[in-house]
Amino acid sequence: MALTGLEIYKQLPKKNCKECGQPTCLAFAMQLAAGKASLEACPYVSDAAKEFLGAASAPPIALVKIGTGEKELSIGNETVLFRHDKRFEHPTGIAIEVYDDMSAEEIAAKVDAINKLVFDRVGQIHEVDLVAVVNRSGDAGKFVEAVKAVQGATKYPLILISSDVNAMGQALEVAAAGKPLVYAATAENYEAMTELAKKYQVPLAVKGSNLNELAELVEKVTALGWKELVIDSGAREVAQALGDLTQIRRKALKEKFRPFGYPAIAFASNPENPLQEAIDAGVYIAKYAGIVVISSADPAVVLPLITLRLNIYTDPQKPIAVEAKIYEIGNPGPDAPVFITTNFSLTYFCVAGDVEASRVPAYVIPIDTDGISVLTAWAAGKYSPEKIAEDLKNLGIKDKINHNKIIIPGHVAVLSGKLAELSGFEVIVGPRESSGIPSFLKQRWN
Amino acid sequence: MAVTILKERWTSKVAEVTIGEGPKAVKVGGDSTLPYLTFEGQVPNAPVVALEVSDVYPEDWPEILKNAWGDVLSDPVAWAKKAVEFGADAVALRLDSAHPDKGNASAEDVARTAKAVADAIDVPLIVLGCGVEEKDAEIFPTVGEVLQGKNCLIGCATQENYNSIVATALVNGHSVIASSPLDINLAKQLNILITEMNLPSDRIVIDPLIGALGYGIEYAYSIMERARLGALTGDKMLAMPIICFVGQESWKAKEAKDEGSPEGYDWGGQYTRAILWEVMTATTLLQAGGHLFLMRHPDSLKQFKDHVAAISKGAQY
Repeated sequence: MALTGLEIYKQLPKKNCKECGQPTCLAFAMQLAAGKASLEACPYVSDAAKEFLGAASAPPIALVKIGTGEKELSIGNETVLFRHDKRFEHPTGIAIEVYDDMSAEEIAAKVDAINKLVFDRVGQIHEVDLVAVVNRSGDAGKFVEAVKAVQGATKYPLILISSDVNAMGQALEVAAAGKPLVYAATAENYEAMTELAKKYQVPLAVKGSNLNELAELVEKVTALGWKELVIDSGAREVAQALGDLTQIRRKALKEKFRPFGYPAIAFASNPENPLQEAIDAGVYIAKYAGIVVISSADPAVVLPLITLRLNIYTDPQKPIAVEAKIYEIGNPGPDAPVFITTNFSLTYFCVAGDVEASRVPAYVIPIDTDGISVLTAWAAGKYSPEKIAEDLKNLGIKDKINHNKIIIPGHVAVLSGKLAELSGFEVIVGPRESSGIPSFLKQRWN
Repeated sequence: MAVTILKERWTSKVAEVTIGEGPKAVKVGGDSTLPYLTFEGQVPNAPVVALEVSDVYPEDWPEILKNAWGDVLSDPVAWAKKAVEFGADAVALRLDSAHPDKGNASAEDVARTAKAVADAIDVPLIVLGCGVEEKDAEIFPTVGEVLQGKNCLIGCATQENYNSIVATALVNGHSVIASSPLDINLAKQLNILITEMNLPSDRIVIDPLIGALGYGIEYAYSIMERARLGALTGDKMLAMPIICFVGQESWKAKEAKDEGSPEGYDWGGQYTRAILWEVMTATTLLQAGGHLFLMRHPDSLKQFKDHVAAISKGAQY
């Protein structure tokens, strides 16, 4: 159960040494109570106090790592229920299933398809995170062969899915070095599965048949001395899974309910219906899954999911910026119009989208405003005539066009005189909202 | 171990708005919990999906979208009937022809179209202007009048033109879409201005100006979550149901419009990708608290409804 700041304060050395970064021990205690500081920041805390405060000072949701090296996946450590409260920390890992009863060729083809799920978005590369090898055959030998084949063919960490302890043991003999997630400890096998996870020092998924059984099992597994856990309430229908994922997150954050203080895994896989599979997976990305497992490796299914994950996990306090450079929309020639905007990604996307919709090829130049929108940037002095004129010069737009006109957002019409004077361009005031661009071009650009 | 289910005790709920008249009238809102957390409150009404119809041939629609509709796209009445056949709960008619660039049709002309469409269908009608604020203020008094008694949802009313649109709604018995750009305070302010004109709050729907998946959906997502939390904790000026212009936004995305990736990445087939772009924009905003969804592809509507059937079952504890 969560401790109050004062209860924690009683256990601290009360030296007010400031070495933890807080002005006083009381302030530090308050931060600990709020889950915003770690007890390790205090160099003088006694071992007795450490033990007493252990539970209270641990983060409400553990951080769990799967895999090794460059593709290691970190999940958990979340601190809020709503992204507007702070931010979601560790983006949902996307896992794709491969089945051990597929032929060697089919396995190779599917892993190849998974490896190719790489997408570019605003200059950043995004991909999936895990390959889940499923012991669908029920045969230990086939499972080990499949694990070997997948491991040899991909750089992504694995989830080993089998309820057969013997099959899992054999698979870990060949795959443990890559630190896969073992799925799963259940009521029937948890003692042996926990032993395997401890022996190989790999993270372990715990699967209940409902929230009650899950909580019970997690307590049993942690009592056996293993705490690198990922939890699964067993729900496979989207309505139940939404409820369970919400309960897990709420109870971990609001009550510090220890059995639910781990990242959750959700299964959306539905090979019969890839569209509904993607839709369910989207719900789990928005609502608290640390890992979502799907069956499809179709880029048309995975691209929307990766995009959604990127959106949900952006920091709402920190706008995303696009690179400030000359963007060419629809192959513009030297007589094409030039739109000036800001590098707040949403603003840029609106302008670029509406220019595209107008079917008039054009240049779009986002000025670097630290990723803030037109009016905010103007008010903050980051969208001044001086700044715009200098950026236009540096980017060399003059060399690309045979006219002398630039179009600025209607909201900053006030800049036009000074900007014309400084830059030497003829400044045309465009529409206030980007949705007005198509009709603006029709009327004003021939 | 028996886990006590953690239930929030919300003190208030979202307003319930009725659109249309007769047996096919729909209700939106009324929720007394976060989306589909039915273990702690009610979600009394299913989300409403309207398919979009325009009185101008939709030049800018990609082929994949036009092909789904066949030969009705030049005739708003035939188009609206087909939308009903496809299973739309409502029809959203855009009076694009009033736009100065698309014919600059008069108030009388567009009102005639609106009336013809309304008379041809038995589901509720949402009427959208051409998006030019002054022009919409000009056409809605006439449009509102010819639709008197139909209990339509009309808009979008903005800070600039709400006066005229709200006035016609008051006189002719319609509800209003209040539109404000991605800002919870502006949304609230506009709702206050509109209710000050004596339009009851159960005749207002909020349009937060959503973005599509990949194009700013996260801003709308968080504003909608905040609005819902506001509604559940007693803020009456944020408690109106929310409308999402899903089709308009998602079909602008190149991931939906284009056959392949311009950068040479493998994006997979356009059909699955485009439908998912529209449906996942909708289902994600459903999780954020949306009530009314305007879509364009009939298959998106079907997939969305299948999802709603599944998510409405609620978790059992």
